[in-house]
Amino acid sequence: MDFRDSPEEADFRSRLRAWIAENDPGLPASSTDDEYWARQAEWHTALYDAGFFGLSWPKRFGGRELPPVYDVILDDELAAAGAPPRPSLGYLVQGITTHGSEAIQERFLPGLISGRERWCQGFSEPDAGSDLAALRTTARRDGDDYVLDGHKIWTSYSDVADWCFLLARTDPDVPKHKGLSAFAVPMRQPGIEQYPLRMINGITKEFGQVVFDGARVPAENRIGEPGEGWRIAMTIVAHEREPGEVGYVSRYMKTAKDLEAKVRRDPAAFRSDQREAVAWAFVSAEMLRLHVRRRLSERLDGVDHGPGGSVDKLLMTWTEQALGHAALAVSGAQAVVDGDDVALKIYLYSRAQSVMGGTSQIQKNIIAQRILGLPTG
Amino acid sequence: MDTRLTPEQAELQRTARQLARQLGPRAVADLDDAKRRERLAEAVRAAGWLELRQDRGDGGPLASGVEAALIAEALGETVADVAFSGPVLAADLARRAGVSPVPGAGVAFAADLVDPAVVSGPETDAPLVAVDAGAATAYVLVPEGEGHRVETSGPSGGSDLTRALRPIQAGARVQPVDGSPLTRDDLDAWTALGLALTSADLVGLMRGVIDASVAYAGERKQYGVAIGSFQAVQHLLAEAHTRMEGAASAAAYPAWAADALAPDEARAAGRVAKAYAARAARTVCETAVQVHGGIGNTWDCMVHVHLRRALLSSQWFGGDGEMLRQLERTRLGADLGVPHGLS
Repeated sequence: MDFRDSPEEADFRSRLRAWIAENDPGLPASSTDDEYWARQAEWHTALYDAGFFGLSWPKRFGGRELPPVYDVILDDELAAAGAPPRPSLGYLVQGITTHGSEAIQERFLPGLISGRERWCQGFSEPDAGSDLAALRTTARRDGDDYVLDGHKIWTSYSDVADWCFLLARTDPDVPKHKGLSAFAVPMRQPGIEQYPLRMINGITKEFGQVVFDGARVPAENRIGEPGEGWRIAMTIVAHEREPGEVGYVSRYMKTAKDLEAKVRRDPAAFRSDQREAVAWAFVSAEMLRLHVRRRLSERLDGVDHGPGGSVDKLLMTWTEQALGHAALAVSGAQAVVDGDDVALKIYLYSRAQSVMGGTSQIQKNIIAQRILGLPTG
Repeated sequence: MDTRLTPEQAELQRTARQLARQLGPRAVADLDDAKRRERLAEAVRAAGWLELRQDRGDGGPLASGVEAALIAEALGETVADVAFSGPVLAADLARRAGVSPVPGAGVAFAADLVDPAVVSGPETDAPLVAVDAGAATAYVLVPEGEGHRVETSGPSGGSDLTRALRPIQAGARVQPVDGSPLTRDDLDAWTALGLALTSADLVGLMRGVIDASVAYAGERKQYGVAIGSFQAVQHLLAEAHTRMEGAASAAAYPAWAADALAPDEARAAGRVAKAYAARAARTVCETAVQVHGGIGNTWDCMVHVHLRRALLSSQWFGGDGEMLRQLERTRLGADLGVPHGLS
């Protein structure tokens, strides 16, 4: 057990630190401001072009084939500098590398990793949330294409996406988990309509609704075999749940440090419950940082697509929501007097974490049944 | 950076778990089995585990905090009724002072169990407690930092049914020991180890009590089905498991840091781990009592043995409330005129 940087890691860290100092775009937090989402692509390509993104992914697709713990260093340094978090798309990379053909990997991974091609993820539907396999969007074979009809929701960055990792029903005559397939769907075509969603903290550019009305996708863009969609979706959501994959730790650490700095300026101006909320939020964020180190170290034994991601997701959720509560506590009356209060936005945004990527209730079902082995009812 | 256990550490973990499962109590009645208790104590002695933090010849310890924490966790998992962390911490303190430890000795703590006792005269002037000592001797600190020792008196007691709390009455004679003064750094690094070992104990006992509760929930039937098939029960246990995993991730860091980082950083890591582990452990043990239902509230059910041990491990070196106060002081500058000692 060694938490220290190796000489190579230390060298990487110092180069990264110097680069961030010169290139931090000074974006506002992703959880509070549309400007972050509007300029995320710019940040992604800058980070990638400098050699600091896609660290553990294959070189032939533009990655750097470094050990997974390099992402820990990236998160550390982004948090220390108060820079924006790394783009969260590791779970799509995991999905494509695990299930996509060689041709699919070669066609799509380089653009996804470099940020030259923007992606969104079309899984959830208005009537298929936790019960994802109940989704009704159809992909009907028509010559060399599939024709798409249906309605997706919670489609992150759909308005700027070039591609959608879409889950659709290709066979309505088999049990619901068996009739799904996955596709890389071009988003810039007729037959796709977009409706942005306004979230409870006012953000409008993170999530959208997408209606497919006769849109087309070439059959060669199918990822995996027909009917493999559910397995692919499970790989993706397992990784979407992992803080090591989505890189939120740097955002949490930055929030924790901002809250600490606010109290430190005049500690006596804060009640003990406010200070305690901040101290607990720091403890939670630090726990999660260490948890990610552990998980990414464990990956040296090979990537695991198992149910452990549900544990990670719950820890991440508890951390984000502890930070939300601390932000609200420290802000006090300001959060209700000023409708644009940043702490209020952080707090309101944190409520989504126990829903997005699988609700906390679903995670607990998975932990109880697949990790603890409790009997299913 | 590679936070996995080395092959040697993994082997030690297997050995410690095996020994703890073999000789630890399996039922409350086993706590009265003096022969088993003696076999357990002898096995721990024979394995050399009480000497892990003794001087290896150059002032450094024979084994790192990681090894010590692995054993503490294994012993916690089976609520093993044997002195371990107490003597290991006493030996670590003696090593730092440059003296040979009295075998099995513990460290005397102030009545709140947060800080090691500081005694300025020839006699103790307040009641003290030696925690988890295996012998009647306990070390105290004197203001110059030179190690002293006192003899404990009176019977063992306390709420934990697995580890001894030996009271030291006010007025106990203090006998000087030769040794060099302990620096602030010594005490910070030593406290980091104390926080790491108590956190590891909490992680272990959470793991043990969750295993017991999962097994019980799979066996106990109501309405004709195992209660573990009810989502309400499943979610309680899933949360408990998740808290335990988070605590394990946090607790590994100070165990490593106690030897590898600057003492104040190691201690800061210990505060985080202990705050998280203590808060988690109480909830997890309460969940275990709840899942065991009425039986969980009876003396003969093992889960209160875990809960009681968790209460001591939390309080020893400070629980979540104390850790958060310390973090407020060190990280938020919230020194609001409240006097504080070594912590």
